[in-house]
Amino acid sequence: MQKKKKKRAIITVIGRDKVGIIAQVSQVMAENNINIEELNQTIIKKIFTMVMLVDLTQVSLSVAELSRKLNKLSGKINCEIHVHDEKIINAMHRL
Amino acid sequence: MQYSVNEILETIQMVKLDKLDIRTVTLGINLLKASDKKPENLVKNIQKTVYQNAKNLVKQAHEIEEQYGIPIINKRVTITPIAAVISPALSGNKERDYRLCLKIAKTLDQTAQKLNIDFIGGFGCLTENGLSYADQIVIESLPQILNQTQRVCSFVNVGTSRSGINMRSVVKMGNIIHKISLGKNRAIAAAKLVVFCNAVTDNPFMAGGFHGLDQPDSVINIGISGPGVVRRAIEKLPQDAGLDEIAAQIKKTAFKITRAGETIGRELAKSIGVQFGIIDLSLAPTTQKGDSVGEILEKLGLETVGTHGTTAALALLTDSVKKGGLMASSNIGGLSGAFIPVAEDKVLSDAVKKNVLSLDKLEAMTSICSVGLDMVAVPGNTKTTTLAAIIADEAAIGMINHKTTAVRIIPVKNKKAGDYVNFGGLLGGSYLLKTHSAKSDQFIWRKGTLPAPITGFKN
Repeated sequence: MQKKKKKRAIITVIGRDKVGIIAQVSQVMAENNINIEELNQTIIKKIFTMVMLVDLTQVSLSVAELSRKLNKLSGKINCEIHVHDEKIINAMHRL
Repeated sequence: MQYSVNEILETIQMVKLDKLDIRTVTLGINLLKASDKKPENLVKNIQKTVYQNAKNLVKQAHEIEEQYGIPIINKRVTITPIAAVISPALSGNKERDYRLCLKIAKTLDQTAQKLNIDFIGGFGCLTENGLSYADQIVIESLPQILNQTQRVCSFVNVGTSRSGINMRSVVKMGNIIHKISLGKNRAIAAAKLVVFCNAVTDNPFMAGGFHGLDQPDSVINIGISGPGVVRRAIEKLPQDAGLDEIAAQIKKTAFKITRAGETIGRELAKSIGVQFGIIDLSLAPTTQKGDSVGEILEKLGLETVGTHGTTAALALLTDSVKKGGLMASSNIGGLSGAFIPVAEDKVLSDAVKKNVLSLDKLEAMTSICSVGLDMVAVPGNTKTTTLAAIIADEAAIGMINHKTTAVRIIPVKNKKAGDYVNFGGLLGGSYLLKTHSAKSDQFIWRKGTLPAPITGFKN
């Protein structure tokens, strides 16, 4: 069960594999003092998929603001980036 | 990882490919406190109350959309049935009272436009036990109001399982719908009016939503949709999967989308500081490809929707959606089930073209779907008594079976059965359905009350 007060988001990056995708996404996290708690990355048929669970509890940035920041990056690195508040994934996939 | 990559990708697929969305967030506003004896004060109070309550709705909805990564398509407002609000300000002079009604509707329209609210519902009345003077004024103003405003939606309740069906009201609605269809905005004007039996007070969907007298001062209700998601879930099963397996699969899917809707609804209610009401889990099709209830029914194994077996397939679908939703949340309400708006669902409209889906079959389908005859286009020369008889049939199904039924029927001027009409945008387009030419006049003109069933007297 997720702790009540945590503000966490799940970031999913999907695109053609190339150098520096993780670095650039991680950089946004570092710049905003966001801790990456978990990271999972796979490459299937040259398609890069990365899922990141990040913690925003200690920062003033909202999940919506983070989503807007990553939206800008998405064009630059030519990958789809999806941001979901963890609560929605938890609601849909956990009883 | 706490969540598997597949779970997260499934959510993304639901949103991106299968068009899972929050179809509407609807803010219900109590307008009784805006009521006043002086017409000028009444108009001012209504404008102020709606504006004050709804000013942050669109902004907050956008914020939540980005936070959760699930689109919110429509932002709407429902108000107390307007007849109750305007009643003290009516003068008894019909012409003057019609003008006041129109003025209020235009004020609501402008306020909605200013706040970027898609539709404002509740410009109607409850008439199952009789028509008050205010009800008559509101109903008789509808042809003008619906033709002269863009965002105001109306409803009229004509019956309940407890009270029976007020046939005087039914006759009146047959006339009014015909009159609406003669106005300058014709078809679209008629699409903004729903005639109900057993109307619910917490419906977030339009055109029939209103804020009931049993509701708090303001409340957020959510309408979630996802025909595409359900279709995909069925496609994942083997071709020869049994109906129990299909029912289980639909339930699981309905569960997931309901939980998503509830999470978002509660957060939105909190962020604008109002009570959270209900989630209406209705599979509501849109004109987009793949977002169709008709297509789900065909996926279940019908060559064309409307053929024999359609009612049974729809029963399975509606029931499974409800059960999945009920397990997911204790706040399921509104209509919940599957909508079959013909013009908004391309597969349904195409089935009309193929002469497989008839008005009679649609009527049978409405006895188990969540609403009723919805976005049904008929020839413009359909008799008013025939329109009334269609309403009476539909209301009777609702009254006897203790369910909500509704009629949103659109007579299209200068067109005949089989012709195509394009309503544009979200309303889609449809081939016109054929009505029976044999008259129902004598039955309809009897007026009076169609008595409630014995099961309506449980106490």
